[in-house]
Amino acid sequence: MARDKMLDLEDAVAKIEDGMTVMIGGFMGCGNAHVLIDALLEAGTTDLTLICNDGAVPGFGVGKLVEQHRLRKLIASHVGLNPEVGRQMNAEELEVELVPQGTFAERIRSGGTGLGGVLTPTGIGTIVAEGKQVVEVDGREFLLEKPLRADVALLSGYKVDPFGNIWYRGDTRTFQPVMAMAADVVIAEADMIVPLGSIPPEDVHTPGILVDHIVKGGDW
Amino acid sequence: MPTTMDKQEIRTLIAGRVARELKDGDVVNLGIGLPTEVPKYLPVGVSVVLEAENGIVGAGPASITFSARYVVDAGGKPASAIPGGAFIDSATSFGLIRGGHIDATVLGALEVDAKGNLANWIIPGKMLPGMGGAMDLVVGAKKVIVAMEHTNKGRPKILAECTLPLTAVECVDLIITEMGVIEVTPDGLVLTEINPDFTIDEVREATVAELTIAEPLGSMV
Repeated sequence: MARDKMLDLEDAVAKIEDGMTVMIGGFMGCGNAHVLIDALLEAGTTDLTLICNDGAVPGFGVGKLVEQHRLRKLIASHVGLNPEVGRQMNAEELEVELVPQGTFAERIRSGGTGLGGVLTPTGIGTIVAEGKQVVEVDGREFLLEKPLRADVALLSGYKVDPFGNIWYRGDTRTFQPVMAMAADVVIAEADMIVPLGSIPPEDVHTPGILVDHIVKGGDW
Repeated sequence: MPTTMDKQEIRTLIAGRVARELKDGDVVNLGIGLPTEVPKYLPVGVSVVLEAENGIVGAGPASITFSARYVVDAGGKPASAIPGGAFIDSATSFGLIRGGHIDATVLGALEVDAKGNLANWIIPGKMLPGMGGAMDLVVGAKKVIVAMEHTNKGRPKILAECTLPLTAVECVDLIITEMGVIEVTPDGLVLTEINPDFTIDEVREATVAELTIAEPLGSMV
């Protein structure tokens, strides 16, 4: 099982090309893949579509990708804590698609689990429903929300073993388990690289079969 | 609106009254701002389980046991899990929220109307923070409590019909302001309690939606 998935940071972010769609987990910057984000900035990659819950805050996590104009489009549920998102949106420098947070999670989950989307009551009767199919099930209306997928997902794990099994610390787990299933290439940064077998199987949050590459993280 | 209360007294009054709506053991999600003050005022013998939609069941205040690098609340501030708490992923968290496993959610509003429609996430052309988890919360929580100042600097927020884009349709159960407590019923809004600092006429003046006055009308303080 111990196929070596370790990559240098530069080689890892070289997998991300200009114009690609990238998923990054976490919440308001907490649990973002900070080391990979910094390396991505260093590499100069741009014109990205970012799928991330929020725009974080200025100077932190994915907030830096916004500030340095690396994004063409942001798909998120909340952008209010990073005023730069609003500024770029009003200046038409950045396209923003706002998705209710639960729908955001489910669209990614369906993207990674072979489903054609999800039916949710969230958004019925609001502008979120515009242009979407309404499906009635047993007399109740639901919105059909379509799957989201990405070219690359960047994850942040606390303990990661060489096979890519991940244990997320605190509440950094967020959208990461569903993102790990919804991208063509999955790169995990590890705050700690731990020996194979040292994460008890019961405690593995993301199984290593989903992870393509691992980089050493933690240094941010 | 003539009142002798300052901003903090208003917040204390509203948060204190919201706290009395919660029952021992309730699982509660609190929006950012005023609602986060509610736990301070829980009556003796009432403890609730706070859910933070970013993935904490049993959320607690920032603590040295939990690194702020790895644990934040739904406002992005340092937080903790209380003993017995759990960290969960976002799909599970919103499964709890939409699935009816949250007893109450308390949140602010830009506008609420006579049907219990809620607008609290966008002012087109002015403010576009995004809905975050609010749309899911008000659709899924068993009880939706709006906690807010009665007016926006004198401009009514409780309307016959919302003018701003909605967060959800007919979702609000209870509106608690510094002027009183208003229940949303199939027959419209009912003022069930009043702050004795105000008269019924003053409450009506500050409210565009028609108000039925409960008999007897209780005091919110």
